[in-house]
Amino acid sequence: MAKKKFVVGCFDDEEILFPAVKKVRTAGYKIQDVYTPFPVHGLDHALGMRETSLHTAGFIYGITGTTTALSGISWILTADWPLNIGGKPHFALPAWIPITFELTVLFAAVGMVLTFCYLCQLAPFIKKHHFHPRATDDLFVMVIECTDKTNTGDLEAFLKGAGAVEVNTQVAEAGWWLGRYDKNEMPFETKTVAA
Amino acid sequence: MHLKYESQLREPLVYGTKTYHDVTEDIVRPIEAKPSKLWYIGFYIAVALLLFGVYALYRDVTYGIGQWNLNKTIGWGWDITNFVWWVGIGHAGTLISAILLLFRQGWRTGVNRAAEAMTIFAVMCAGQFPIWHMGRVWMAFFVLPYANTRGPLWVNFNSPLLWDVFAISTYFTVSLLFWYSGLLPDLATVRDRAKTKLRKHLYGIASFGWTGSTKHWQRHESLSLVLAGLSTPLVLSVHTIVSFDFATSVIPGWHTTIFPPYFVAGAVFSGFAMVQSLMIIVRKVFGMEDYVTIGHIEAMNKVIVTTGSIVGVAYLTELFMGWYSQSKYEGYTFWYSRANLFSPYGWSYWGMMACNVISPQIFWFKKMRRNLFVTFFMSVIVNIGMWFERFVIIVTSLYRDYLPSSWATYYSPTIWEIGFYLGTFGLFFTCFFLFAKYFPVIAIAEIKYVLKTSGENFKETVGNIETKSVEEFAHEYAH
Repeated sequence: MAKKKFVVGCFDDEEILFPAVKKVRTAGYKIQDVYTPFPVHGLDHALGMRETSLHTAGFIYGITGTTTALSGISWILTADWPLNIGGKPHFALPAWIPITFELTVLFAAVGMVLTFCYLCQLAPFIKKHHFHPRATDDLFVMVIECTDKTNTGDLEAFLKGAGAVEVNTQVAEAGWWLGRYDKNEMPFETKTVAA
Repeated sequence: MHLKYESQLREPLVYGTKTYHDVTEDIVRPIEAKPSKLWYIGFYIAVALLLFGVYALYRDVTYGIGQWNLNKTIGWGWDITNFVWWVGIGHAGTLISAILLLFRQGWRTGVNRAAEAMTIFAVMCAGQFPIWHMGRVWMAFFVLPYANTRGPLWVNFNSPLLWDVFAISTYFTVSLLFWYSGLLPDLATVRDRAKTKLRKHLYGIASFGWTGSTKHWQRHESLSLVLAGLSTPLVLSVHTIVSFDFATSVIPGWHTTIFPPYFVAGAVFSGFAMVQSLMIIVRKVFGMEDYVTIGHIEAMNKVIVTTGSIVGVAYLTELFMGWYSQSKYEGYTFWYSRANLFSPYGWSYWGMMACNVISPQIFWFKKMRRNLFVTFFMSVIVNIGMWFERFVIIVTSLYRDYLPSSWATYYSPTIWEIGFYLGTFGLFFTCFFLFAKYFPVIAIAEIKYVLKTSGENFKETVGNIETKSVEEFAHEYAH
């Protein structure tokens, strides 16, 4: 796959990171991603990402579970093998509620976790490019994708000015996990590159 | 600029002057260090117990469960008592991680990881009892509803015992997913610090290639929130369904309508007691007093005294209904078989009362809630009491039924019944020792998330904005 060049700026405080994100975006640079050691609330909005619809998927998995349980049990106990249990009706809906509920939860949870892993491309044995080993420790790592016109030296100086404690330029393989979501979700106005 | 603010009235959740890096260091240190002698001793004792349990089960399979002292009248004894006991213990983890997440209780971050692990191991132990109780354990798969060659003869979906199969297996699966999805970022932290190649490789596999991307965090947050929302009714449903095993029967002492809430409260009660026992040891051994603070211990003790009192009200309600219903069978069970100290099993009822209702009242005193020794002692007492509760419910209701000719003689377990129980302790602690050694016992990312609002040094620098006048505050935040 094609290799791409990225300028990496590391910040050590989320309170410096936020203004920096704003500066970088208004300057017209395209932020590839920000890697953080913990969920920083509001950062997704600052980066211009849309909300995730994972919970909608969860709802759909949930009702799939509900219908699976209800249709399965009613077919089994009324059509396939109706058992006479103490002369009670075959279609014993109240008695099926516990299992229906459990299957709803099971389908929703399993489905959501699998979807989460798929969307984020998380699985055992997957190798990804890590821009900075301390991104999972105490650094907030901003990664900016370079175009042909980008002057990496200038950009590095710009990030330093915005408060980055460490800057460098890295070449990484633009795998399928990089830059998949930002196309539609981070609409940038084309501005002249500052600095 | 502070992004979030927490009242100064609240105790800090993290003590000491900590940076994000210090948090990582403190929590990952035990994983990277060589295990202490104490760890080895504990681990070997746990493995020995586990092996004894395996031998007891080998005998069960070879000679049948006739070698347990169960009989026709007391068909459920220690095995189902232990099952309900372990399931109950398995309730605290999900309660802490799910319900307290929805209620935005910040203190859950210090204890949720270990509590969830404890939940998973406890449910694993619980599951053993009904499975081996089947006797012909190689036919255990008959509980699964699949199109089989026996008709297909389906399982009975109207039976509470089958509801239990679904409830326990769903609970186990969802707890496992919840726990592991929360672990991914922390395992990535361990991976990125790893010095040796093997460690980097293994934690790399375990962390699924987590990078910490903002979009991933956004999805992760959504996932945690929805899983918490799903787990909240789930955790309540599991012990409700366990109580249905009893409540839908026609045995005096079992068919009471208060069982579901009473069982759930009891489960939370015993689960929190187990979390206390484990966390008091873990924080001491790993030096994590800054993260699992006295404030955490106190908060859990408040839950214990609340749920203990709920359980107490349930016991008294049962006694009242035993009299008020004027049913002689109910009255006999509650007032003779249980509440009469001099009846054959009266000791177990009063043991239960002393451990579950009377002794936890000590936690009305703040000094006692914040005393580690008292807390540890009480946590053990509560778990003994909750074991008695299940024993009381099962055995005192069964041993004398409607027909005096089938009344049982005194039931006491054989060494193999006890051995099986000890074996599950072995399984539980073997798993817990391995977890404590190889996994971050405290959720690193979540601690970092609350550090700047609830860390001691950060709270001091932010100062008390509540003393400002409203106008001043509004003016400052208007822009």
